[in-house]
Amino acid sequence: MDFPRKVAVAALSASALALTAACGSGATGSGGDVTIGLAVSTLNNPYFVELKQGAEEAAAELGVKLTVVDAQNDATNQVNQVQTFATQGLKAIIINPVDSKQATPAAKAAENAGIPLVAVDRSVDEGKVVSEVASDNVQGGSLAAIELGRATSGEVVHLQGIPGASASRDRGRGFEQGLNSGGIKVVASQPADFDRAKGLDVMTNLLQANASIKGVFADNDEMALGAIKALGDKAGTQVQVVGFDGTPDGLKAVEDGTMTATIAQQPKVLGRKAVEQAVKAAKGEAVQQVVDVEVKVVTKKNLAEFKK
Amino acid sequence: MTTSINARKVLSDNGALGGLLVLVVALSVLAPSFLSTQNLLNVGVQAAVVAVLAFGSTFVIVSGGIDLSVGSVAALSAMVGAWSSTEAGLPGPLALLLGLATGVVAGLVNGALVSYGRLPAFIATLAMLSVARGLTLVVSQGTPLATPDVVSELGSNLTPFLPVPLLVMLVFFGLTAFVLTRTYQGRAMYVIGGNEEAARLSGIDVRKQKLVIYALSGLFAAVAGMLLAGRLASAGPQAAVGYELDAIAAVVIGGASLSGGVGRASGTLIGALVLAVLRNGLNQLQVSPFWQQVVIGVVIALAVLLDTLRRRSTR
Repeated sequence: MDFPRKVAVAALSASALALTAACGSGATGSGGDVTIGLAVSTLNNPYFVELKQGAEEAAAELGVKLTVVDAQNDATNQVNQVQTFATQGLKAIIINPVDSKQATPAAKAAENAGIPLVAVDRSVDEGKVVSEVASDNVQGGSLAAIELGRATSGEVVHLQGIPGASASRDRGRGFEQGLNSGGIKVVASQPADFDRAKGLDVMTNLLQANASIKGVFADNDEMALGAIKALGDKAGTQVQVVGFDGTPDGLKAVEDGTMTATIAQQPKVLGRKAVEQAVKAAKGEAVQQVVDVEVKVVTKKNLAEFKK
Repeated sequence: MTTSINARKVLSDNGALGGLLVLVVALSVLAPSFLSTQNLLNVGVQAAVVAVLAFGSTFVIVSGGIDLSVGSVAALSAMVGAWSSTEAGLPGPLALLLGLATGVVAGLVNGALVSYGRLPAFIATLAMLSVARGLTLVVSQGTPLATPDVVSELGSNLTPFLPVPLLVMLVFFGLTAFVLTRTYQGRAMYVIGGNEEAARLSGIDVRKQKLVIYALSGLFAAVAGMLLAGRLASAGPQAAVGYELDAIAAVVIGGASLSGGVGRASGTLIGALVLAVLRNGLNQLQVSPFWQQVVIGVVIALAVLLDTLRRRSTR
């Protein structure tokens, strides 16, 4: 009586396993005995997808296996994933923390298992990290303020990322530090959660209350692109927009002249350098404690360097 | 005299309308630019995506179910539409239809899991939330894709004072009201939501109706996804994350009961407008980002509380 149901359950779980295995093999690179784990904060964002691609390319070139997991921006989830990595006999772990302040338990798990940990894009506030591969978000924010001050003067608005997220904090802080150099004044700072649709809505709303805005700084390109939509013809002419990240869509907007500048972080280089350091650590070679991947201001003039 | 009675009747039929009016009056006083025609149009446009999602959810909630997958299904439908045209080179209208069909299929799967698989709606649609979001990432490879022109026009203006999203929202409002009040399916939703066993005994094919209900919700989600993508001229892998909760909030603010059997299209429209007015106002008043979520939560609770009190007093 109960037999068919059992068969069905068994078949279902078998197919689920097969599916998992199939997907799993998709995430790993080819060849080599050395396996490295990469715990990404989220793949729901083109920036981190590029970081992952850079890491995969480097892993393929260096002949190591790379296992990628995605924490979906959940710090707890990420700690679990790194703890799982620590039990899998990996030779090195790369962590791209969801939040610098919440990555300590993950670092502890790696340390207890004796596995070298490399941090990429964001730092780990407390914990043992053999190498930190990052761009300076604070410096990037300052560069954005300077660039916006160069392009325009008068009232500007600041579209902030997710309140309390480390990238919002750092970029916002840098932006404020860079403000005193130019003739711009922030009249509104509102969150649009790094989201393009929210960038569009928030910018539309801010325009109602502040019709004389001359500039916009957005904590990422996605929000900047939303703001450009809201500004319509004004974008790039009456209102200068500066974004952050240098995503393909962001670069395209710079090319079209609707975005004045973006602060390029070179996520592919970040991923690549992180794997290079992790492989060195796995082989017991000397690693570079801090790898600084330069942030660069991209304008129409130097766009060619960044377009792929 | 009669007008005051009518006004009273409208207000007591729609508790949320009172809440909306209070918000509008308060914001008009606090933010001088709030009451301009352009800004009110903006609010309408900004409400459209959540409103269309919420209309679909109204069917589900009235019938005593819940659909947590609408945000992800919206993103997936828009992404399939964008992918079909940008990557696969299909003509725009066909890509749009494929996107809408994706929503219907996702809805049918939800409905089948609920009615034939006997999964609780919460679990079936929670699974779909994850699957649809994952498929969106698979299709898009994690990057935003440009939408075909026919979709982008959904986000534009017909004339300066006639934004397409607003129009779409009103059309779907009419459609929802019609389905709920004038069709067999609509009446079946209330009966199923009121008492599923009684509905079955009175001869309603509950399983089949549930398929229809979730398919409608999937279709509406797909339309909302197209609107969202149209406004940005691109479909994003991370689009509409968390919108299912906004949709449910809009339905409940509008006076629907999560235990089923109660709910109206007009209420849901007002619920969506309350959320949009609130977000618009918070931006214009430049409320600190840390406080905005607190305010939104408090207003949702107050709106529903007001409605409950009103019901108790009229009983």
